[in-house]
Amino acid sequence: MSASAKPKFAMYWAASCGGCEIAVLNTHEKILDVDANFEVVFWPVAMDAKYKDVEAMPDRSILLTLFNGGIRTTENAELAHLMRQKSQILVAFGSCACEGCIPGLANLSNKQALFDTVYNSPSTTNSQETRPQPETAVPEGTLKIPYFYPVLKTLDQVVDVDYYIPGCPPESHQISAVIDLVIQVVQGKALLPAKGATIGAGESTVCDECPRQRNIKAIKKFTRIQELKVVDPALCLLEQGIPCNGPATRSGCGALCPQAGAQCIGCYGPAAGVIDYGARLMTAFASVIDSTDPQEIDAILDGLVDPAGQFYRFNLASSLLRASRSAWKSQ
Amino acid sequence: MSTEKTTPPSPETEKIGVYVCHCGSNIAGIVDVQEVAEWAGERLKERGVVVARDYKFMCSSLGQELIEKDIQEKGLTRVVVAACSPHLHENTFRTACGRAGLNPYLCELVSIREQVSWVHTDKDAATTKSKAVVSGGVERVIHHEPLEPLVVPIHPTTLVVGGGIAGIQAALEIADAGFPVILVEREPSIGGHMAQFDKTFPTLDCSACILTPRMVSVGSHPNITLLTWSEVTRVDGYVGNFTVTIRKKPRYINTQLCTGCGICQEKCPKKIIDDVYEAGLSYRKAVYTPFPQAVPKYPVIDRENCIFFQKGTCRACEKFCPTNAIDFSQNEEYMTIEAGNIILATGYDLFDPRRVTQYGYGRLANVFTSLEFERLSNSAGPTNGNIVLRDGVTPPAAVGIIHCVGSRDRNYNNYCSVICCMQGLKFAHLVKERTGATVYNFYIDMRTAYKAYDEFYQRVLEEGTLFVRGKVAEVTDAARLPGEDGKLIIQVEDTLAGIQRRIPVDMVILSSGLEPRHDAKQVAQLFGLSCSADGWYIEKHPKLDPVATMTEGIFIAGCVQGPKDIPSSVSQGAAAAARVLGRIQQEHIALEPIRATVDETKCSGCRICNNLCPFNAILFHADRNVSEVNPALCQGCGTCVAACPAGAISGTGFSNEQILAQIEGLLLLNLTPKYTLAAL
Ligand SMILES: Cc1cc2nc3c(=O)[nH]c(=O)nc-3n(C[C@H](O)[C@H](O)[C@H](O)COP(=O)(O)OP(=O)(O)OC[C@H]3O[C@@H](n4cnc5c(N)ncnc54)[C@H](O)[C@@H]3O)c2cc1C
Ligand code: SF4
Ligand code: SF4
Ligand code: SF4
Ligand code: SF4
Repeated sequence: MSASAKPKFAMYWAASCGGCEIAVLNTHEKILDVDANFEVVFWPVAMDAKYKDVEAMPDRSILLTLFNGGIRTTENAELAHLMRQKSQILVAFGSCACEGCIPGLANLSNKQALFDTVYNSPSTTNSQETRPQPETAVPEGTLKIPYFYPVLKTLDQVVDVDYYIPGCPPESHQISAVIDLVIQVVQGKALLPAKGATIGAGESTVCDECPRQRNIKAIKKFTRIQELKVVDPALCLLEQGIPCNGPATRSGCGALCPQAGAQCIGCYGPAAGVIDYGARLMTAFASVIDSTDPQEIDAILDGLVDPAGQFYRFNLASSLLRASRSAWKSQ
Repeated sequence: MSTEKTTPPSPETEKIGVYVCHCGSNIAGIVDVQEVAEWAGERLKERGVVVARDYKFMCSSLGQELIEKDIQEKGLTRVVVAACSPHLHENTFRTACGRAGLNPYLCELVSIREQVSWVHTDKDAATTKSKAVVSGGVERVIHHEPLEPLVVPIHPTTLVVGGGIAGIQAALEIADAGFPVILVEREPSIGGHMAQFDKTFPTLDCSACILTPRMVSVGSHPNITLLTWSEVTRVDGYVGNFTVTIRKKPRYINTQLCTGCGICQEKCPKKIIDDVYEAGLSYRKAVYTPFPQAVPKYPVIDRENCIFFQKGTCRACEKFCPTNAIDFSQNEEYMTIEAGNIILATGYDLFDPRRVTQYGYGRLANVFTSLEFERLSNSAGPTNGNIVLRDGVTPPAAVGIIHCVGSRDRNYNNYCSVICCMQGLKFAHLVKERTGATVYNFYIDMRTAYKAYDEFYQRVLEEGTLFVRGKVAEVTDAARLPGEDGKLIIQVEDTLAGIQRRIPVDMVILSSGLEPRHDAKQVAQLFGLSCSADGWYIEKHPKLDPVATMTEGIFIAGCVQGPKDIPSSVSQGAAAAARVLGRIQQEHIALEPIRATVDETKCSGCRICNNLCPFNAILFHADRNVSEVNPALCQGCGTCVAACPAGAISGTGFSNEQILAQIEGLLLLNLTPKYTLAAL
């Protein structure tokens, strides 16, 4: 097969930490299959390429683009539109692209507060309170940097997305499975799943893959795991009062965290059909609190010391409200 | 992975009719209904609305015909009625659609009365809100699915729990109609509170004379299985098909052999204060029937107090029983029965007046409770009906009767106990008649509604009872004034005379209120019912459905539903029986198809939902690690649907699509071109 006859592959990162890219490389020798079966045309982390090269490609000429990261700036948005235009299959890859992830937590604060935190931190000397400006006039002309939007958006809030691969980052064995699937599709041995599907993950939740013993739940106290001296190694963490997000989190990771003795924090996102992960989890936790006394219930809830982090750590930007009112309003 | 639905309904494929009701002036007084209808016809045309009308009374037969005609002539595929609340008329309009050949569940009733006209005063705003509500209904109805009711057979047996007058009435009505009844009573005998009274207001009939014939009928009725000294411990199943576990406490009497001669009770050496039937005023034996006319006639041995059970010797009863009916080897038995319907008639407990410490009950000997007085005045009671002080011999020269003890008082119960005024008047009459004492009744308001009650009040007035209007502050034996020595002094503000008074008497009777049974909440839970904050069981509708409950197939009658007198308890017993008989005669029942279902592929077996269902409809399969909802038990309350973090449970009629579509409609997002998020 000549290089140009191979289907084209691209990967791009927007507002993200880079872990997703590492996760792809972490598939080890599988990455050779990518190379054998695809022509990699654009992947800033792995090869040198310019935006203008992509702009020059015919529309829909790239078969598969894995897009990771949320949409924080005009540059992120422009690339989202560009990759959509040039790709046949655009995949929201990883939690940031799918649901906003940690960068999405910035949606709790308005733009001013974010800039103050970043550009006026105790470790920064910035006596003139300089803030990034989209346009700056210099003698040579006007300098432009991308505009920072007031709220972070997920990929599908900006462009049409074909598939979703959740995870922070997606587990390597799941990425390998997706690569295998696409190769089989290319070879005519398999069919693509229905558009909009979540791939590289399960249909149920982390509990489904979790080997811990579970009983009917009745919670009298929530405790952070680090504050417990003894954690039963075999019993469901939630039943021990450790706020485990497993019940609401999509399966696929293999219940890594609960198996390692830590509670699930929800990086695989909501289960299929769930519209607001945090709301779901809150009602679930609230349902199993074993008390009818309002004061006692308040005391139990006080055990959840960081509600936004507990319920919306990964999915704030894709929740029903998406951002705080002041974030929406900031310019 | 999401799967494509086969031709999902859409505004293009659907023909929706919108009907806006005036409800006389109830809605039209605040909402411009005509404008709402016109607006829907124009602005929601693209959302599938093909006809929109307003009409004076949509629920009238003419209103319903309007819908039926449009379905037939215009081929409507969905209907939205904007009127009152679904509680009231959802069924009416669904049935109308059904008559015209449209699946009834393709009809949506949105409330513009309870949620709009009754709660707003600004006409323009109310009209705008009504439009939004209609728009929400239109968006929602697009996603409705045709549903078929679940038809289940009805078991002809009825379980009646509680053998007071209400339960007795219900059992007899059903048994007389030819259907089997199982009556479970936890005491050794049926009869309930009424068996403790001497006379009943307002007619002063002898309570035993009117009650015992009914008790005997229950005991001998071929269609009634009477299980006394028994309790229900478990209820499974659903309307038409309940499976009930009953615990039969050991009587230690072989009822095949016992003739009810009473020799065992005579010979038993152990005397115990009878706190239940005699209200603590007299004794019973360790082997006993609560009262001579008990049904069934067989005694029970009270194990905790029996010398043989406690110390290993005695067996006096066994020695003297002429038919060898005593059987110390009996154990408790569990039995399971099948029943189609259940009537709960577990009655009430008396408010414990010890809680009102200032009235001195338990501390001052001659302060009596109402039930104590009932026993004192009962000719079969401990004093043969002589009304005397606690010393057992001295008749009182002056008696104070305090109304509303524990009732209409925020410190105890906020409600009116209904019967206490009449009961206080009855006591006044009996004291006067039997002792000639001076009688004072202390009341806040005199409540003598119902037939012949006020006439009874007038009669007691004429008999010379003195009435003081005011809430008694204190009953004390601390004499201060001449003439108070050795007396109980009632301190009260006479609100009619506007003065403080101290009235010395020899005896005080506290007209205690009625309270839910101490275990009412547990029993309610057992049967999947809800209680009000006070603990009375909640009827399906306070006016129109007073004996049904929100749980299909379970009915309530008598004081379990709230304080009431004997005539009302009897009426409710009969009403519950009528409801049950109607059901049995239909042989089948169609259940609302609004149910929760678990998608097993999504269920992770996290077990969050397992303990939540108020109707015990959720079952966990440990082998497959998934939960399941029993569709016949599920009442579609939605609790588990909301709780399932995996989104594995969905409620028919309340899908995500339906709810989100309704919200979009309410926000009128369906009118503007969709707000495109890509427009960054
Ligand atoms: C002092 C006093 C005087 C009154 N005088 C009059 C009067 O003169 N005229 C009048 O009209 N009304 C009078 N009333 C009101 C009257 O008592 C009630 O209206 C009537 O008794 C209510 O009957 P019921 O069957 O609902 O309840 P109850 O009489 O309380 O009967 C309930 C029965 O259920 C049984 N039970 C309870 N729990 C369970 C269980 N879990 N399992 C099985 N069985 C159970 C109980 O043992 C009892 O036998 C008086 C009330 C009081 C307190
Ligand atoms: S430990 Fe967490 S993931 Fe495991 S069963 Fe319990 S809640 Fe589910
Ligand atoms: S257990 Fe939860 S937090 Fe841990 S990897 Fe899996 S999905 Fe992520
Ligand atoms: S709450 Fe949901 S996921 Fe958990 S056991 Fe119940 S149905 Fe299954
Ligand atoms: S919706 Fe769920 S909680 Fe409610 S009755 Fe049905 S199964 Fe029970």
